[in-house]
Amino acid sequence: MSSFADQLRNWAKNPTWRAVAFWLLPAIFLGYFFYQPLLALFNLLISPRWGFSFSELNLNKIWAPLRFTVFQASLSTLLTLVIGLPGAWLFTHFSFPGKRALRTLTTLPFILPTVVVAAGFNALLGPRGWINLGLMLLFNLDSPPIQFLNTFGAILTAHVFYNTTIVIRVVSNAWAKQNIRLTHAAKVLGASPWQTFKEVTLPLLRPSIYAATLLVFLFNFTSFGVVLMLGGPQYATLEVEIYIQALHLLNLPLASVLSILQLVCTLIITIAHRRLSGQQALPISPRAQEIGVRKPRKGFEKILVILLVVALFSLLISPMASLALRSFVKLEPNRGERGEIERGFTLNYYKELGINRRGSLFYVPPIAAARNSFMFALITIVITLFFGLLVAYALQQSSPINNILDPLLMLPLGASAITLGLGFIIVFNRPPFSNINFPILLPIAHSLVALPFVVRTLSPALQSIPYSLRSAAKVLGAPPFRVWREVDLPLMAPSILVAIIFALTISLGEFGASTFLSRPEYPTLPVAIFRYISQPGAMNYGQALAMSTILMVVCAGGILVIERLRLPGKDIF
Amino acid sequence: MLTVENIEKSYEGKPLLKKISFVVEQDETICLLGSSGSGKSTLLRIIAGLEEPEGGRVIWNGQDLAGTPAHQRRFGLMFQDYALFPHRNVAENIAFGLRMQNRPQEEIQKSVTNALETINMRGFADRKVTELSGGEQQRVALARALAPQPRLLMLDEPLGALDRSLREQLSTELRRILRDTKVPAIYVTHDQEEAFAIADRLLLLHDGVILQSGAPHEIYHHPKNVWVAKFFGLGNLIEGRVIERSPLKVDTPLGIIQASCEQDPPQIGEKATLLFRPTRACRNEAHCPNQIAGEVVDQVFQGEAYHLTMRINESIPLFNVSLSEPVPVGDKLTIYFKPGDVLCLEDEGDQS
Amino acid sequence: MFIQKRQIHHLVVVLILALILAGCSPQETAAPGETRTLRVMTHDSFAVSEDLIAQFESENNVDISFIRSGDTGSALNQAILSRDNPLADVFYGIDNTFLTRALQEDIFEPYAFPLLENIPDQFKLDPTNNALPVDYGDVCINYDKAYFETNNLAVPESLEALTQPEYEGLLVTENPATSSPGLAFLMATIAQFGQEGYLDFWAELSQNGLVVASDWETAYYSNFSGSTGQGPQPMVVSYGSSPAAEVIFAETPLDEAPTASIIGANTCFRQIEFVGILKGTPNRDLAEKFVDFMLSPPFQEDIPMQMFVFPVNPDAQLPEAFVENIQIPDQPATLAPELIDENREAWIEAWMETVLP
Repeated sequence: MSSFADQLRNWAKNPTWRAVAFWLLPAIFLGYFFYQPLLALFNLLISPRWGFSFSELNLNKIWAPLRFTVFQASLSTLLTLVIGLPGAWLFTHFSFPGKRALRTLTTLPFILPTVVVAAGFNALLGPRGWINLGLMLLFNLDSPPIQFLNTFGAILTAHVFYNTTIVIRVVSNAWAKQNIRLTHAAKVLGASPWQTFKEVTLPLLRPSIYAATLLVFLFNFTSFGVVLMLGGPQYATLEVEIYIQALHLLNLPLASVLSILQLVCTLIITIAHRRLSGQQALPISPRAQEIGVRKPRKGFEKILVILLVVALFSLLISPMASLALRSFVKLEPNRGERGEIERGFTLNYYKELGINRRGSLFYVPPIAAARNSFMFALITIVITLFFGLLVAYALQQSSPINNILDPLLMLPLGASAITLGLGFIIVFNRPPFSNINFPILLPIAHSLVALPFVVRTLSPALQSIPYSLRSAAKVLGAPPFRVWREVDLPLMAPSILVAIIFALTISLGEFGASTFLSRPEYPTLPVAIFRYISQPGAMNYGQALAMSTILMVVCAGGILVIERLRLPGKDIF
Repeated sequence: MLTVENIEKSYEGKPLLKKISFVVEQDETICLLGSSGSGKSTLLRIIAGLEEPEGGRVIWNGQDLAGTPAHQRRFGLMFQDYALFPHRNVAENIAFGLRMQNRPQEEIQKSVTNALETINMRGFADRKVTELSGGEQQRVALARALAPQPRLLMLDEPLGALDRSLREQLSTELRRILRDTKVPAIYVTHDQEEAFAIADRLLLLHDGVILQSGAPHEIYHHPKNVWVAKFFGLGNLIEGRVIERSPLKVDTPLGIIQASCEQDPPQIGEKATLLFRPTRACRNEAHCPNQIAGEVVDQVFQGEAYHLTMRINESIPLFNVSLSEPVPVGDKLTIYFKPGDVLCLEDEGDQS
Repeated sequence: MFIQKRQIHHLVVVLILALILAGCSPQETAAPGETRTLRVMTHDSFAVSEDLIAQFESENNVDISFIRSGDTGSALNQAILSRDNPLADVFYGIDNTFLTRALQEDIFEPYAFPLLENIPDQFKLDPTNNALPVDYGDVCINYDKAYFETNNLAVPESLEALTQPEYEGLLVTENPATSSPGLAFLMATIAQFGQEGYLDFWAELSQNGLVVASDWETAYYSNFSGSTGQGPQPMVVSYGSSPAAEVIFAETPLDEAPTASIIGANTCFRQIEFVGILKGTPNRDLAEKFVDFMLSPPFQEDIPMQMFVFPVNPDAQLPEAFVENIQIPDQPATLAPELIDENREAWIEAWMETVLP
């Protein structure tokens, strides 16, 4: 008996066994809910029953989208960093009026369904968008001067719009924790502000920048809606090609080959990222003085802050604002007489949302949709935090199995929602999942996407907790769980909040898997939005925008509540 | 060299530094001594250019540094937590300042080797700074601050985080290095022993002002006011009321005491605080007018002398003296103070 | 943690239970007299009145569970992939462009609906009665009436007319690779010009400033000038029923639709939607009842206002808004389902090479 206990203790000391212990549940979760459906799908489709042979593959159908995917993802990621890094600087260093609101608003694009974002950009930059109308009026032009929709620029802009928040959240989370004395030390040693940034700030931020870059790149890499709806028909990424092959040409084997390719690319990118970033997280000095947030002081600082706020506002917020504004405006040709367009303020779109005018079985009351969305988001948060924390602890053990399992964890980001959805259908179409328990599949699918974000947020925070603090707590008599509660949890609290916000927004906004897994009994907000916008008529369009506005408000409310949550120890930050 | 003129700074609306002025000369190590929270570190950051004062000037060799950013001041600052760059190894940390000056590679290497030798850390060049012990980190931080040959070196509680024996050893080393390099230095600490050991001149910072400055022995022997005497633990402080100004006589619970005063003595009838240094007590000076009698309640042997605690009466239950011979606990004891050894001090509240 | 530990415990318990159950749960069989469940798989555009379904449920002592699974292609894929263990008993929403594929994949069981004679032959595309027609609609070019009135421009009445210079840059269509109305319109041109001639037509159309969007939402709401989006193009490929929808879903009540459809010969493509009983259903009897119900007048009359398509049952009465605002083409374009299935990919690819080089 005692020898077994000794054995156990020995295992507990071995980092690989510890890593295995921490990985156990997350690996079962991923294996069961991600790898099983995918493998089952691929296995089925490549089986002879589907009559697929590799010799029939038209390589051009693979290379062209792959090339374009890599190109647009790289360029989009670069631009996102160009906007996001100064944004992170702004949020970590300065206080200014409306900062909390701006930060919350910059998170919102993340949750918006692409259909609505396209509508928002259309209302702003489309042929009859406000900017074009304004320019036409101002310069007396006959045709809209800005051609935005269906351009490559629209794809890039929308990707920046969607993903800037990732860079801002991930990087400023790390930046705020940086010991300001290090930059002071560099200055006193003769480093100019630029040298200080290059030699000290940037290297210390590198792990978080790499993490943000990876997440943004993968998001852009698997981009679907943006490319389809804003880029127009001449652009196709792998994901768009998968969509075409799977759902419009019913060529599932080719779709599988493409999605395997997409997964392999994701894997390569993730492994390269792991090589590049290594184990860069550094312990925070317990006496570290964090960057104090202050008002911009000198003239050029003020100008820079104003410029950044304006840039973030015009890029991230104006499309949403124009969308929200549009949900209160009536704009329709009056009885077919052109030129006599009735314009004005209306609340009808909102009023109409509450009425099931046609007695439809599938009518979605907005409150029910919001409730369902939140319920799924809450389950997603619980699942991802539980598994995310376990993975973060597993990654902290210096064991080679992390080199294998960590990239495998990131793969769901590179899996096409269509492929995963179809895989779910094959594997989970028998009890307990087919009927009553089916709704749990949706938050599980959301969790698969959110988990990489949560892990990438929690892991650096965990690695920066100095080991001595835990030892101190142990010596002071705290049992392991108390050590976790009194040391780890408070020090990770800000990162846990960021992780919760990621899980919330991903779950609220996810649409791809939702179309496969959502149940009419539990319609979510994005599903409801799509129901309206897929039908003609001013009222449907207005209701879709009104529902989107509700989604934004509800999500902003959720974020504000989360940011005010009092986790133990949050006050010390 | 360095002139600090009327520096003002507040923290969260409360004044932290009120018109601080002092001068640091070539080859001089001055020590800013004060309790924690007295604004010592803030003053260093202002001199370094990391923070801006709300008033006053920092002048180097007659040149106002207001427009000179921190990285162009060529001052060295060693931080309380060392602030070593965790992403660079020992050698890279030391070389940092030299690289910023774009010195040639060979020169940097030579300087780093020399610096490592100076701090007795040969062979540590490639070590990660996060793996060093506290004393090693402290020495690397010092080497890093000294390597670019700063015009002025500032040290912010450099020994604060270390244990006592390491602290004594390193303060000796530090004194040697400061003497050898001849760089003017400002040393900030809250520990008077450290300050006495290292400083050519002490500046006592309290409540936003420099209460007193001077060589350690001067301050020790001529504390300016009651706060200074208390801060240094100089001896027994007894309050009384002036009954005669020349010679100064004060009515205290010990009786009428003849004392001396370095400044203008208080007016008759005013309050006065008298300092009796334990070591100045003597036993057989019959001609001494100040005679104090009491009962010995405690005795501690301290090598050269015996530290005795006396009970004089109800209002003065504890009075410390230091004598060369022991007196058994419980015995009656009479001691004497010369008027010149009883110092009349200004009240702490007298300061503006 | 703001999330109670208790909740995490619950979740873990649920997950573990789910894992165990997944391995070894027996198929449930309903005891007689109990309420049974009928599962109906369909696409996202499916809609029906609440009362109607409630009535059917109470009359037959059944719970209907609708599984809406994305668009038609997505729903069909799911039905095909799950055919060994069907997700549902009934599948509704397969259209004539996907019909042959569904039949080839053998996902349905034949059902000889007793009242099939009532339904016009033009809708009965499956002689094996695996798939039964339910409704039909036309994909047509909608035009902005006001634009043509104010510009004194004649509305084009044929596909050929669209290539004339006066209509340069006035039409927006959807990419047939990513949009089902886009594909339908492509087929209308193939019906009109034949497999040899359609590409020439598209080349000319392309020369004449054709605008292509990826999806119907963008085309209709961003590009089309007749919608509330007020885009630059006064003609859009949409549905024959869209003008009626513009009236029914107007923000301020309209007497007359702001748009109308072009209903020349072969300008509209007819889409027919089918229902079928999925192979292997344990509820064959209920499934038959439901199919009967879908083809009965009450359901058929519910179709127009819920889904904006026409019932195939000629006995069903149409609502007024429909009759007033929808033009039904005399000669809609049609293609044989087998031909569509055989050539879909080739047509789309050839189209893309011509229009989106």
